[in-house]
Amino acid sequence: MTARERIAGNVAGYVDDRTGAAKWMKKNLTKVFPDHWSFLLGEICLYSFIILLLSGTFLTFWFDPSQREVIYDGGYQPLSGLKMSAAYASTLHISFEVRGGLLMRQIHHWAALIFMVGIVVHLLRVFFTGAFRKPREFNWIIGVGLLTLGIVEGFLGYSLPDDLLSGTGIRIAEAIIQAIPLVGSYIAFFAFGGTFPGESFIPRIYTVHVLLLPGIFLALITVHLMLVWYQKHTQFPGPGRTEKNVVGYPLMPVYMAKAGGFFFIVFGVTAFLGAVASINPIWLYGPYTPGQISAGSQPDWYMGWLDGLVRMSPPLETHAFGHTISWNILLPGLILPGLMFTGLALYPFIESWATGDKREHHLLDRPRNTPNRTAIGVMALTFTMVSLLNGGNDIIAQQFHLTINQMMWFSRIGVVVLPPIAFVITKRLCLSLQRADRDLVLHGRETGRLVRMPSGEFVEVHEPISAEKAWTLTSHEQIAPLELPLEDGAGVRNPGVLKNKLRNRISRATAVAVPKATETDRRELDGHH
Amino acid sequence: MAHEIEPIKDPGLPAHVHRRADSDPIAAQRAERQVAILFGLSAVGTLLLIYSYIFIKSNTSIFIPIIGNTGAQQLGLGMGMAIALFCIGAGAIHWAKTLMPDEEVIAQRHEFRSDDEDRSEFVKTVKAGASAAGLGRRPLIKRSLGVALGLSGLTPLLLLRDLGPLPKDNLQKTSWKPGTRLVTDPGDRPIRPEDLEVGAVAQTLPQLAPGEERTLNNIGKDAVLLIRLRPEEFNLTPERLSWTHEGIIAFSKICSHMGCAVALYEQQTKHLLCPCHQSTFDVTRAAKVIFGPAARPLPQLNITVDSEGFLVARTPFTEPIGPSFWERSS
Amino acid sequence: MKRLSRLRRHRAAGPILLIFALFTIGTTFQVASAVNNDTTTTVASRSATVDEGKQLFLKGCSSCHGINAEGGQIAPSLIGVGAADVDFQVGTGRMPMADMSTQAMRKTPVYNPEQVNALATYVASLAPGPAVPTDSVLNYERDGSVAQGGQLFRTNCAMCHNFAAQGGALTQGKYAPTLMGVQPKHIYEAMITGPQSMPVFSDKTITPAEKLSIIKWIKSTEAEPQLAGSSLGRVGPVTEGLLVWTLGIGLLIGVAVWLAMKAR
Repeated sequence: MTARERIAGNVAGYVDDRTGAAKWMKKNLTKVFPDHWSFLLGEICLYSFIILLLSGTFLTFWFDPSQREVIYDGGYQPLSGLKMSAAYASTLHISFEVRGGLLMRQIHHWAALIFMVGIVVHLLRVFFTGAFRKPREFNWIIGVGLLTLGIVEGFLGYSLPDDLLSGTGIRIAEAIIQAIPLVGSYIAFFAFGGTFPGESFIPRIYTVHVLLLPGIFLALITVHLMLVWYQKHTQFPGPGRTEKNVVGYPLMPVYMAKAGGFFFIVFGVTAFLGAVASINPIWLYGPYTPGQISAGSQPDWYMGWLDGLVRMSPPLETHAFGHTISWNILLPGLILPGLMFTGLALYPFIESWATGDKREHHLLDRPRNTPNRTAIGVMALTFTMVSLLNGGNDIIAQQFHLTINQMMWFSRIGVVVLPPIAFVITKRLCLSLQRADRDLVLHGRETGRLVRMPSGEFVEVHEPISAEKAWTLTSHEQIAPLELPLEDGAGVRNPGVLKNKLRNRISRATAVAVPKATETDRRELDGHH
Repeated sequence: MAHEIEPIKDPGLPAHVHRRADSDPIAAQRAERQVAILFGLSAVGTLLLIYSYIFIKSNTSIFIPIIGNTGAQQLGLGMGMAIALFCIGAGAIHWAKTLMPDEEVIAQRHEFRSDDEDRSEFVKTVKAGASAAGLGRRPLIKRSLGVALGLSGLTPLLLLRDLGPLPKDNLQKTSWKPGTRLVTDPGDRPIRPEDLEVGAVAQTLPQLAPGEERTLNNIGKDAVLLIRLRPEEFNLTPERLSWTHEGIIAFSKICSHMGCAVALYEQQTKHLLCPCHQSTFDVTRAAKVIFGPAARPLPQLNITVDSEGFLVARTPFTEPIGPSFWERSS
Repeated sequence: MKRLSRLRRHRAAGPILLIFALFTIGTTFQVASAVNNDTTTTVASRSATVDEGKQLFLKGCSSCHGINAEGGQIAPSLIGVGAADVDFQVGTGRMPMADMSTQAMRKTPVYNPEQVNALATYVASLAPGPAVPTDSVLNYERDGSVAQGGQLFRTNCAMCHNFAAQGGALTQGKYAPTLMGVQPKHIYEAMITGPQSMPVFSDKTITPAEKLSIIKWIKSTEAEPQLAGSSLGRVGPVTEGLLVWTLGIGLLIGVAVWLAMKAR
C-alpha cells in the first residue's frame, strides 16, 4: 500500500465513521454513466447555472436595484450629467469603474444565453431520442418547467439595468399584463406600484431575479438530477446494451474527471465570449425614458420567437359592452405560448396514450425509427424558427436588403404553411433513412471501388458491415398499430367508439415503417447470389 | 406467416481495444506531459489575468484582428480567465481519456416497480390510512376543510393588495388640459406654428407649471409627436381636420398596441412606423393602421394656438392613450 | 486519388470542410462590404459660379428634374430646396441616382467638391432655401455637448437610425442609413432639409447648437473603441443570439464530442 492509498483509505474511513455512508458511497462512486456527447448537453445547463450564481453574486455587490433618479457623474463621458435611475448608474459603475466588472456582466449575460441554448438543445435531444418515455415523464415536466422559468428569469435579468432597451421590454410586458381581461389593469397597477414605469418594479423584480427564481431553480435542478441519478441514464442502442443494463464509465474516477473538467470548459468558453464579444452594451442604449426608442428593439433570443409572434399577429381587438379584449396581444403573447408549453409538458402522456405503449424504456430511439415523433418535433421547431426569424425581421431586412413587409408576410403565411410541410418532409426523410439502413444491413457498405466484371459490366464493391453495426441498426422494435375494438362482443357500438377510432388512427400513423432487416432477409438474399 | 422470422442477433459488448498509452510507456509519458502542459497553460492564463488587473489601464485599447480595437484590460482579464479555466478542463478530460481506465463497465438496472407483495402492502396502507381518516364517511369535515383551504388561499392575494394603488382613471387620463402648451422634448421650449416647416416633426411634452417636476410616469402618457404637412395632403373628417392647425397634426407617441414610442415618421409616404412590432400608421388619415398588429389609430390631440401664438392643446385627449385594457370602452 | 478518397472519408473531413466553407463565405463578405465603403474628400471651394452650375445641371440633372429644375414625372422640383439640399444629395453621391430603386443610396460622389458647390449655388439662385452651413457654424467640438447630444439623438433620431447610429429598417424596403463615416456637414444638412424619408428638424425645435451636440455625440460614438470585445455590429440582441447559437454552443458541443470520443 502506498502512502497515498493509505491517506485515501483514511479519508474514506473518517467519512464513514461519522456518516455511515460507506454502503451508499460504495454503490454510488462506481455508478456507471454511458458516454455520448449529447448526454453532456444537460451538463452545459447545470454548469452555466453555477456560473450564473457565481457571476450574479459578484454583480449584486455593486448593483443598486432602485429607480430613484440620480445624476450620472461616473467615468463614461457621453452620459455625464444626465438624469437616470440608480439601477442604470450602478450598472455603468460596474461596467466602467469596477475592474473586471464589465467582464463579469458579460459572462453573466453570455452564461444566461448559453443556459437557455443548452436547455433547448438538451430538450431536443431528449425529445428526438424518446428519453422522456416511462419512467422519465416527471423529469420531462421538470425540464419544461425549467425552460419556462428560464425565459422569465432571463427577461427579468436583462430588465434590471433599466437602459432604453430593457425599459422598452418592460413596457411591452406591462402591455401584455394590462391586456388580460377583467383583472389586467389591476395586476399591472399592483405589479408596478401604480402607473408605468413607476419606481417599484425594478426593486421588486430584483428580489424575484436573485432570490425567488434561483431558489426554485435550485430545487428543481436538484430533483431533476436526483431522478437522473436514481433512474440511471438512458443509453443509445448498441452491442451489449439492453433495457436491463447500462454500459459506460464509473463515476470514480473517470466520469468525475470528465464531468468536472467539462465544468471548467463551460466556464472557460463563457469567459472567452465575455472577453471577445460585447453583449448588452447598456452605455450605448442610454437610460430609459418612455418617450425614446431605438430602431431594431428586440428581446434576447429566447424571447425573440414570442416577439416575432406578436409582430405577425393580425390587428384584432374586440370592443363590446364598454370593454376591450386585445386579441392581437393575448393570442400571441399569452394564449399561444400557454398552449405550446402545455402541449410540450404533456407530450409524453399524449404519445403513450396514442401508441398504447406503457412499458419502461431505457434504450433510446434513433430519430429515424420514430418518424411520427421526429416529424412532430421538426414541425414545432419550424413554427418556432419562423417566429424567431420574424422577431428579428427588421435587422434581417436591413442586412439583406429585404423589406419588413415582405418578411412579415412570409412569416404570417409561413408560420401556418411551413410546419405541416416540414412534418411531411421529415416523415418521408425518416422512412428513406430507414430504407437506407435496411439496404446497408442487407447489402453492406458502398466502398466507392468499381470492379469490372468478366461480362464487361461495372459494379461497385459492397463491403458487409460489422455484426455490431448490423445490430445497432436493427435492434429497435417496430410496434404494430393499435386495434382497439369499435364494437363490444355483442356487436353493439362501444360508447368510446370515437376515441378508439382516433387512437387507432394515430397509432396507425405512428407505426408506419420500413420493415427492418432481419437475419431471415439476409439469408434469403444470400440464397439468391 | 408460416416460418418464424429470425432477427439479427446482439453480438454482445465488443472486446476492449487497448489504447497506445495502456501498453506503451512512452505514449503514457507523452500523455502525462500533455496533461501537465495544459495545466501549465492554465497557470499562464491566471498570470495574464493578474497582470491585466494590476498593470493595464482601463482606458487602453488594443487592436486585435477580426475584433478590431477593443478595451485591453477587459480583453486581458477575460482571455486570462478563459485560458485558465479552459485549460484546467481540457487537462482533466485529457487525463481521464488517456490515462484513467477506459474499460466500459456494465451495471444492471433495477426495476422501479416494487415486487407485488410490497406493492399490495403499500396500496393497503394507503387505503387503510384513507379510510381511517374517514374523509369519505364524514362529508361535513371534507366540505368544511375544502372551504377552509380555499379561503386560506386568499390570504396571499389579500396581502399583495397593497403592492399598488387601484387604477381608477389613471389609465384614462393624461396631463394634457385645455390650453396646455406643447414644449420641445428635450429643451422645454414652447413652439409656434411658423417654427415648423412643411415636412418637419417635433417631439413634444406638455409644459410644466412652475415648480412642477416631470416624471417618467408623465412622459409615458404625455409624449406627443407634432408633424407638419401641407393642409391639402390631409384626408380627414371635418372634425379631425379642425383638430389640426395650419397643417400641423399632433398624435400621442405611445403606441396603441404595446406602448412603445412611435416616432419613425417617413416624410415622403406620411407613414408612422413603430419599431417594436412594426405597426404602420397613415398620418394623412388620422393615424389609421395600415400594417402590423396594432388595432387602433394613435389618439389625435386637438391643437390650436394661444393668444401669444404658441401651440396648445384645445382639449385633453378624447380617448385613453397607449395599449388597450379591459376597462377601455372604445 | 486513393489518398484523397481516404481523406474524404476521414471523420473530421465534414466538420473541417464546413468550417472552411463558413470561413470563406465570411471573408468574402467582409472583403465585399469593405469595397462598398465610400470615401469622400472635403475641399471647400468658393470659386464656382451660377453659370458653371447651370451647365452641370443641364448636363447631369435636367433630364429628370427639368430644364429649369421645375421637376418632372419622376423627380421633384428643386426650386427653393436650397444649397444645403443639393450639397447633401450630390455631395454624398445619392444624386444623380444610379437606378430608380426604393431609395437613393450613399455612394462615391460623381462630382468633385467644386462642381457640387457650383450646382448648389445654381439651385440656390433659383429661389431662397437653406444654405450650406459654413465651417465656423459647424464647430461642433467647441459648441456641442456630447451628453446633451446623446439625449437629443435618442429622442429624435434613434427610432430610425438605431441607438448607436447604425441605421435601421423603415417600411417597404426603405431604410434609415448608418451615420458612421458621414461628414458633419452632411448630417447637419440632412437635419435641416429632410432628405427622402427623413423629416425636417426645424431650428426652433432643435436649435443649431443642439444639432451640433447631436453631431458631436455621433462622432464620439463613431470614435469610441469597442470597450468590451467585438461590438457585433451594435444592432442589439439579434447578433448576440446568432453568436451564442453558432460559436458558443458550437465550441461546447465540439468539446463534448472530443470528451466522449475514445482515445486511441
